[in-house]
Amino acid sequence: MSRLREDEKQELEMRANDIRISIIDMLLQAGSGHTAGPLGMADIFTVLYFHTLKHDPKNSSWPERDRVVLSNGHICPVLYATMAHAGYFALEELKTLRKFGSRLQGHPHRDFLPALETSSGPLASGLAQATGMALADKIDVKDGDRQIYCLLSDGELESGAIWEAAMLAGKNRLRNLTAVIDRNNIQIDGYTEDIMPLESLSDKWRAWNWHVIEVDGHNMEEISDAFDEAKAVYEHPTVIIAHTIPGRGVKEFERDYRWHGKPPNKEEAEMALNELRTLGGKIISEHE
Amino acid sequence: MINNELKLNTKVFDKDVEQVPIRKGFGEGLLQAGIDNPQVVGLCADLTESTQMHLFKDKFPNRFVEIGVAEQNLAAVASGMAAAGKIPFITSYAMFSPGRNWEQIRTTICYNNRPVKIAGSHAGVSVGPDGGTHQAVEDMAIMRVIPRMIVISPCDAVEAKKATMEAAKTGTPVYIRLAREKTPIMTTVETPFQIGKAQTFWESSKPKVGIIATGALVHKALLAAQALKEEKIDVEVLNLATIKPLDEEAVIKLAKKTKRIVTVEEHQVHGGMGSAVAECLAKDFPVPMRFIGVQDEFGQSGTPGELIEHYGMGEKSIIKAVKELL
Repeated sequence: MSRLREDEKQELEMRANDIRISIIDMLLQAGSGHTAGPLGMADIFTVLYFHTLKHDPKNSSWPERDRVVLSNGHICPVLYATMAHAGYFALEELKTLRKFGSRLQGHPHRDFLPALETSSGPLASGLAQATGMALADKIDVKDGDRQIYCLLSDGELESGAIWEAAMLAGKNRLRNLTAVIDRNNIQIDGYTEDIMPLESLSDKWRAWNWHVIEVDGHNMEEISDAFDEAKAVYEHPTVIIAHTIPGRGVKEFERDYRWHGKPPNKEEAEMALNELRTLGGKIISEHE
Repeated sequence: MINNELKLNTKVFDKDVEQVPIRKGFGEGLLQAGIDNPQVVGLCADLTESTQMHLFKDKFPNRFVEIGVAEQNLAAVASGMAAAGKIPFITSYAMFSPGRNWEQIRTTICYNNRPVKIAGSHAGVSVGPDGGTHQAVEDMAIMRVIPRMIVISPCDAVEAKKATMEAAKTGTPVYIRLAREKTPIMTTVETPFQIGKAQTFWESSKPKVGIIATGALVHKALLAAQALKEEKIDVEVLNLATIKPLDEEAVIKLAKKTKRIVTVEEHQVHGGMGSAVAECLAKDFPVPMRFIGVQDEFGQSGTPGELIEHYGMGEKSIIKAVKELL
């Protein structure tokens, strides 16, 4: 555990960009699915899978692995794309998203893709499952051996089920549990603070005895440092409130809640891919 | 007459037959399952003694998790523990688990194929004075409709103990239905038990009606069978402890033998055990049926005896249903 070197940071940024390109490609092929959340969480998934996580993509059931629970299953394009780039399966398979017979179901199902720790889709059940995994390790006195990561949306914090789990994890001082909230301020019907205000979010988690870290969800160093800090905290579970920009990487999609639950059409995808491949016009695209 | 092969309780028809709450058998079974397998863990939503999980908690405090009044969390946390290799048993009143947390049970337990065992206590109107809010009479319907779920409704505490110990070994989700009140002991430690196997408790050489019963009402069915015999009406009584997977062979065999079926359950007639039997028979051997159970109503306060009679699930109602079919 140490601060990211400059070359590591740059490599992670390139990875994240590749993952965003895969996300746009998959969504275009699928013809349905969610765009904003996956793009917004690409940096966090990249740091997690390419820097922080103890895992073996070639042996997904490795008993000593860290566990990742994706609670808001609808952002699975970023999960699938990251797993493919990490070597869990071939990049080619990403094209099958949401198609009949595909292992990449519209919302994750571990029957189809056993490398997943859990199936998800209906919101607000992930944190409880991650809490159960952390509790099991604590009972076995293995809570120092592995970390359980739970990725959550901000919209799903409107469900009481989240707070039931937060209370239990705080009560049991589950130091092996790290939750990451995608604080992008949007949900299907609009902006979270219009639909159901969540602030003051950090105070709420502190009240349930969680260690709270707030980060810029697109700053590789801050994300990496937060994961390290979470592992070091001994007395409490940790929540990382990651402030992200929904649709990050494609200017036309950013911060617009209407991109929550729809895929780009062909023209929009071409525009997005061009923007990502040129890093927002910083480099000349080979694809033009 | 009573089926001697099953080594049933010889005092089953005595006025002073021993009575024990079915949930007590669960508590003893869980304790034994915990002794047999260190991976068994217990989770409860603030009803530890009421659901008899305290026996397990006292013996294995480190393997017990108090969840508090949070049934959705109860189910999903258990799913996570199962993902990490545990065999979790979760308990509450059936009204709250599986009543309140159905979606968590469907998605995090069954869709995920995790071996969580759900024990729903205080099922049926025999909960008594607490009233209709606490009387789960829909639980078997909502559990048996979920793929992968095994549904067991033991007839007494002895069977509940065996069912609980067997549930720990299935590697699948299981729902075990329990009742609050003391009910007559019909089976003995020597009575065989196997998930998915129905048992003929009362047999006749030429039965005219087949009675298929589940839970504590099996005793009412036996009393009805005995009374009917005195009227020269022979019936056969099947104890259907496993609602799913249904012992279709035993059900069809009985229907073929009797050509008439009465089902008896302390549950809504819609979607419960009777419906499961009807689904089976309609497909392979349809016969006229009568359904003893709650007829699309909610429960209310009263003594268990009063309520069983009021909702038409007592011995007289069973006899009446049998005669209607003749």
